[in-house]
This record gives sequence, C-alpha cells and structure tokens, in this order.
Amino acid sequence: MSEPILQIRGVTKRYGGLTANKDISFDVRPGEILSVIGPNGAGKSTLFKQIAGFVTPTSGEVLFKGSRISGIAPHKVARLGVVRTFQETTIFRSMTVRENVIVSHHLRSKASLWGFFLGSAQARSDEADFARSADDIIDFLGLQAIRNELASNLPQGHLRALGMAIGLATHPQVILLDEPFAGMNHDETMRMVGLVRRLRDERGVTVLLVEHDMPAVMKISDRIVCINFGEKIAEGSPAEIQANPRVIEAYLGSEDAAIGM
Amino acid sequence: MTPSRLLGVGAFLLGVFVLVPLLIVLTGRWDFYYTLTSVALLSVGAAGVWLTFYIGRINIGQGAYALVGGYVSAILVTQAGFSFWATLPMAGLFSAAVSVAIGLPILRLRGVYFAMVTLVLTEVARLTALALPVTNGAKGITSIPLPGELSIFGLTVIPDFASLGNPKLAFYLMAAVLMVLTYLVLWRIVNSRLGHLCRSLQQNEELSASIGVNTAMLRVLAYAISSFFGGLAGAMFVAISQSIYPSSFVVTDSVNFMLYCFLGGLGYVFGPMLGTLLLYFGWDLLSVAREYQLLIYSGAMIALMLVLPNGVLSLLEKKGGGK
Ligand SMILES: Nc1ncnc2c1ncn2[C@@H]1O[C@H](COP(=O)(O)OP(=O)(O)OP(=O)(O)O)[C@@H](O)[C@H]1O
Ligand SMILES: [Mg+2]
Repeated sequence: MSEPILQIRGVTKRYGGLTANKDISFDVRPGEILSVIGPNGAGKSTLFKQIAGFVTPTSGEVLFKGSRISGIAPHKVARLGVVRTFQETTIFRSMTVRENVIVSHHLRSKASLWGFFLGSAQARSDEADFARSADDIIDFLGLQAIRNELASNLPQGHLRALGMAIGLATHPQVILLDEPFAGMNHDETMRMVGLVRRLRDERGVTVLLVEHDMPAVMKISDRIVCINFGEKIAEGSPAEIQANPRVIEAYLGSEDAAIGM
Repeated sequence: MTPSRLLGVGAFLLGVFVLVPLLIVLTGRWDFYYTLTSVALLSVGAAGVWLTFYIGRINIGQGAYALVGGYVSAILVTQAGFSFWATLPMAGLFSAAVSVAIGLPILRLRGVYFAMVTLVLTEVARLTALALPVTNGAKGITSIPLPGELSIFGLTVIPDFASLGNPKLAFYLMAAVLMVLTYLVLWRIVNSRLGHLCRSLQQNEELSASIGVNTAMLRVLAYAISSFFGGLAGAMFVAISQSIYPSSFVVTDSVNFMLYCFLGGLGYVFGPMLGTLLLYFGWDLLSVAREYQLLIYSGAMIALMLVLPNGVLSLLEKKGGGK
C-alpha cells in the first residue's frame, strides 16, 4: 500500500467549553475518494478548516506528504496543493464564471506582481495559459453555456459547480469539497458524482468530501469516516459503515436523514 | 487600446493641458488655476482612497498621509536643504512606509471597524505634528521656498519656480502631470492581474486565501500604494502654499477624499477624479448661495447618492458605455 498523502493525527479543536473535534486520527491515501459524514454540528467543517489552514488545531496536527500543514496560513497550504471549497456557495459574486476561474489560477502564475503591472512577456503568457486552462475546466464541468454569466445570477446547482471549478483552477493534489451536492436535485447530483470520479481518474486528484446525501456518499466513496459530537466513531468501506451499529445509532438519534439507500 | 479609448485619452489630455489654460487666458479668471490645481492634487489623494475601496476597505484616513507627506517635504526642504523635487518621491515613500507599519495590524479589521480606526488616524497625525519638535508644533513650518530648478544632465526639465512670471500656471501644469501619471498607474493596476486579485479580495477574502492569494500582503501593498499617493498630494500642496500646519489636513479632508470616490463611482478608475472635480467645483460655485451653501451642497449630495448609488460614472453604463 502506498504512503498516505494526508495524515490527520489526534486533531482536537476547542471553542471555549465546546469541543468541536476530539482527538481525530485517520489517513488518506493518494488517489482515493474519502467522505467524512456525521450529523449536523458533528465537526466536519471544522476538521476541513483545520486541514486547509483556516483554523489552527488546539492540539494534534495534519501532515501532507509527511510534513506538517496545520497551523500555517491558508494561502501557503493552497500553494502546497491542498485546497478547500466552501460549504456556503462561496464564489466571487461580481465576476463572470470565466473570470472567477481565471483569477483562481493565481497560484500558477510565474510572473511577479511587477511583471503584471508592467505587462511583461511572462505575465502575458501566464494570462494566455490561465485563459486556456480556465476554458478546459469550464468544459470539464460542463459550464460552457454560462461561461460569461455573472456569478451572482447563477442558481444553486451551478454555484456548486463553479465553486468546484475555482478549486480545480489551483490544480490541487488534494481537494476538500464541503457539501458539493447541497442544493442539487437528483440528476444534478448524479452528474456531479460522475465529475468527482473523473476528477480523480483523469486528473489524479485526491478527494476528501463532506456530504449529507447518503446515496451519493455510498456511491462515490472508497472509504468513509464518520464523526459524531466531534469524535471519530467509525472508519471503513461504504458497506462497513452502513452496517456499523454506532453509525446507525448516531443517525437514528438525530434529526438527520436516515443512513442507507 | 481601442481607437475610441485612445481618442478619449487624447481629448482628455488636450482639455487639461491646452483648453483649460486657453479658456483661462480668454476669460481672465486666473483664480481658476488655484481651484483646478487643488482639484488635480485632491484627486491624486482620492485615487489612493479609491484603491483601498477596491480591496474592500473604507478608508477615511487619507488626510493623515497627506499631512505626513507634507511634513516630510517641508522638513527636508527647510532643514536639510533638499530640492523639492527630490523630496516629492521621498514624501510618498515615507507615507507608504508609515502606512505599512499601521496597516499590518489594522488591515485585519473589516467594514466599519477599519473605517473608524482610519478616521482616528488623521487626528493622531495632527496631534503628533503638534507634539514633535521637528514639526515645530502649532506654529508649523512657513516660508518654504518655491520648488527650484530640476535639471537632468545639465538640461533644464523644470525651471526655477521663483523665476517664473506665472507660477500659477506652472503649479497647475505640475499638478495636472502628477494627476495624469497617478491615474495611469491606477488604471494599469486595475487592468492587470494585480487588480483582479484586489477584486477577488474585495468580494471574498476567505476564498481569495484558499486560491492561494497572500491576502495579508496584498492588503498592505494596496494600502501602501494608496498612502503613497496621499503623501505625494500632501507634498505638492505644501510646495504651493509654501507652508504647513498641523491643521493643514484634518478629518474633514479625509472624509472629503472618501466622498469624492463615492460620488464619482467606486467601480470606475476615473470615478475619484470626476468626483473631486464635481464636489470641489460645486462647493466653489455654491459660494454665491452664502449661508445656504452647506445646506444646498449636502442636499445635492444626498440626492445624488439616492439617484446614482453607484456614482456619477454609472450614467455611462446605462447608455451602454464601458469603463
Ligand atoms: N468559530 C466557532 N466558534 C465557536 N464554535 C464553533 C465555531 N465553528 C464551529 N463551532 C461549533 O463547532 C461545532 C461543529 O461545527 P461544524 O461546522 O464543524 O459542524 P459540521 O459537522 O460541519 O455541521 P454541518 O453538517 O451542519 O455543516 C458546532 O457545534 C459549531 O457550533
Ligand atoms: Mg459543515
């Protein structure tokens, strides 16, 4: 088995008296699709924020290819190749879809800020590369028809796809998708499931996702980690998770949609 | 550049450098030189404020940096014997350096919190100027010599202002050149990747960080450029008035810089320039209304903001014109 690409080691996050994450540990293998599930408020987003550098763990650490990435600035984590998309539909509202994706190529620019200001040859070739790559990503996600639409005018389903396009533009090695299927109908969800698969198969991206849509999670995941009240209660294949009594209990004990198909 | 844009820029330059002086000669209204010089310099300061707006921060502290720039130039000219021309970039750079030190902690604040802190800055600058020995307290620095000759390789680029028959025209031209250069830089920033990154910051800082933008650095950079413009404007004002006092730039000036941006339009690079022209001239023209001057002025401001919340330049957009 190959070395894990991401290691979550005893991550704990306390907000005053509330423990949002308690001693969570698991590994992510390169090229796998791993889902983190759990009832509302279980601490899934908090975990993602700590992996991407937006929140510093109270204790514990996150390793990416063996070196620590927890506690460093989010733009540096992104630069290393670990990029998070947001649970809320977070996009640049007053830019068009294409502008959103182009600007998100920032990490890949070779020219300096001076170069951009003066319009150096490198800056111009960067811009041309970004535009080309943005069009690729737009085609990949099937967003051609709304390419020049202002982001603030898009419906939920398209916003999610745009959020993913923004994440892809950074050319991540690991992408953290926080509820990528929220607000989508069944057909849209199944299309996105296919896209996430292709993301891994064609682009070699390791995918971590948080999702409440259980049928989609079961369909897409190689492995699943289940969190309840901040603690990891189970880890395993979709079949193992579905049969796990602690997981079933966690879901039955909450208002959340029941697990299963 | 498209031909129509080129034409627009040409017409603008022709207006500023040829038509305005011509009209003033024909009408004999020499006092307009002073007004227009002020408009040009204030719009340089406003350009900076606009850039801070562009990264999503309300900046009501430009007066502080104008004051800092003014004092740097005045002190270097009177006490260290520098040529004014050398002190001009130094004033800008000093203001920028001060703004980096101040910006690092305060740029983390957003919205009204940042605005309040910047509002206080102008007052802090005034009190500092009152207290420091080098600024000469309330007496200020007076009798500052006019800008001397600027020559490069023995070639006179700008003649000694004291030897000129018409320094008013010279000051106007100098301010207009500075304004044109400032807006050229601003236009370039906004239309390069730097500007796109600033926009991403304005719209969503968290997302900007997650696509790898060093948001803290970019904020400080934009603020430093903004303050650089403020420092330049301040130094030029001091050269013209040949004096500076702690009250040369006060909170009202800081607020005005912000209003110029609002009125002209936050979405348009040339918004602050137009806003400055309209507001400054409007105020001047309204002086015929005497005691009702402020009332009419404020009323007109409120009406304009209600009718054109995106600034005067948004009129262009309705007709289908570009930026
Ligand atoms: N900044 C914060 N300050 C205080 N408490 C917080 C903060 N962020 C999260 N929490 C708390 O931590 C707990 C876990 O929140 P988190 O957002 O990680 O849950 P989640 O599993 O993503 O839930 P959901 O499925 O609803 O998105 C919640 O009780 C939440 O109120
Ligand atoms: Mg969440």
